[in-house]
Amino acid sequence: MMSTRALGLGSPLRKTLFSPSLARNPSLIRTTFAKRAVQTESLPPSAAVDILNKQRLLRPSSPHFTIYQPQITWIASIANRVTGGALSALLYGFSLAYLFAPGTFDSVHVVEFVGTLPDTVKYAGKALLAAPFAFHGLNGIRHLSWDMGKFMSMKSVYLTGYAVLGGTAISTVALPFL
Amino acid sequence: MSFLPRLARPLCSSAARPFSSSAARALATPVAQKPVLNKEFKIYRWNPDEPAKKPTLQSYTIDLNQTGPMILDALIKIKNEVDPTLTFRRSCREGICGSCAMNIDGQNTLACLCRIDRTPKDTKIYPLPHMYVVKDLVPDLTLFYKQYKSIKPYLQNPNPPEDGKEFLQSPEDRKKLDGMYECILCACCSTSCPSYWWNQDEYLGPATLMQAYRWIADSRDTHTAERKEVLQNEMSLYRCHTIFNCSRTCPKGLNPAQAIAKIKMELAAD
Repeated sequence: MMSTRALGLGSPLRKTLFSPSLARNPSLIRTTFAKRAVQTESLPPSAAVDILNKQRLLRPSSPHFTIYQPQITWIASIANRVTGGALSALLYGFSLAYLFAPGTFDSVHVVEFVGTLPDTVKYAGKALLAAPFAFHGLNGIRHLSWDMGKFMSMKSVYLTGYAVLGGTAISTVALPFL
Repeated sequence: MSFLPRLARPLCSSAARPFSSSAARALATPVAQKPVLNKEFKIYRWNPDEPAKKPTLQSYTIDLNQTGPMILDALIKIKNEVDPTLTFRRSCREGICGSCAMNIDGQNTLACLCRIDRTPKDTKIYPLPHMYVVKDLVPDLTLFYKQYKSIKPYLQNPNPPEDGKEFLQSPEDRKKLDGMYECILCACCSTSCPSYWWNQDEYLGPATLMQAYRWIADSRDTHTAERKEVLQNEMSLYRCHTIFNCSRTCPKGLNPAQAIAKIKMELAAD
């Protein structure tokens, strides 16, 4: 008010505000005098916990392994589990099979059966066994060295990781020809 | 697939570079405008006011030549100029508060320390993985802070120092805390850990465990035995399978996996 008076604008402004043409403008009246569109509701502070708990029930869990960048760290870790699980399943499966049907699963019969297979199947089968065996064995050494506190820097983690991958590749090719 | 170690990672580096100056604005004659360099950002959205709506990726395209160098600059530009409903945490913009931790192009890092990839490929931004989402890029860190509190992250020593002033420590003992006290608790490491994804109700996670070791290793603390005793169970510590996602992702370049390995070795020696 002070500034309008100082500038000599007081009365013209007042005239415009209360001029009859403006007072007849319905949209202006609505925007100026209508109640605010946003309604507020006052709640006791204790209601905050209820609101929070209700929200918590609805919260989604953010995406994880589907969006995480594939890195040698966790991919090698998962591969270690999968190969370990597969090798154990094979060992237990074969042992149990021998227990239940010693006549079919003893060494003589297994050697005879493998002898009847074509060479390609033999080499493919051997490579299929050699790959998880080599990876799990070499990565196991990597894990043992970590348990002793060795190769813990990020650089050595990657170096040993690539060494294990390289060793696995060589073994997968070499072992079937033994 | 990126199997490059963090050493060779060009984008999300914490190496500081001075802010580009705004000298051009101060000149009387305008400098020639830079060409438009549009880049698409795909950002995870979820609104608690519409909880039935599934989380979606919303796409925003902005001109990188009118944006600061970091992902956080892009987010702030989008919030200011494109969509004010976009929600994220941020504070210091220099990698010391840990507020703007999020998953950028598949890696957990601080948006303020992560350079925008200036290639035409789009950049995807998600909240920290496997956390309950409060809204958009804001995860609920209640459990994370509770876990941190549970390891009693403060000096416990009932015997006051002889001179009545402060607890003294040799330079060698002080050195043991380097690489641990710098942690800003941004939760990047814990939320990058697959073990923490599956067992966060019981497993403490790398950030909390590194702080547990920070107090175990402190020569001034006398409650070392009790601190170790708390971790001596199947879940709290031993869900760590030495995956190294934590050390790989830490925006401060710390090595939580090594701290956890040291706790394991000390517990084994007891």
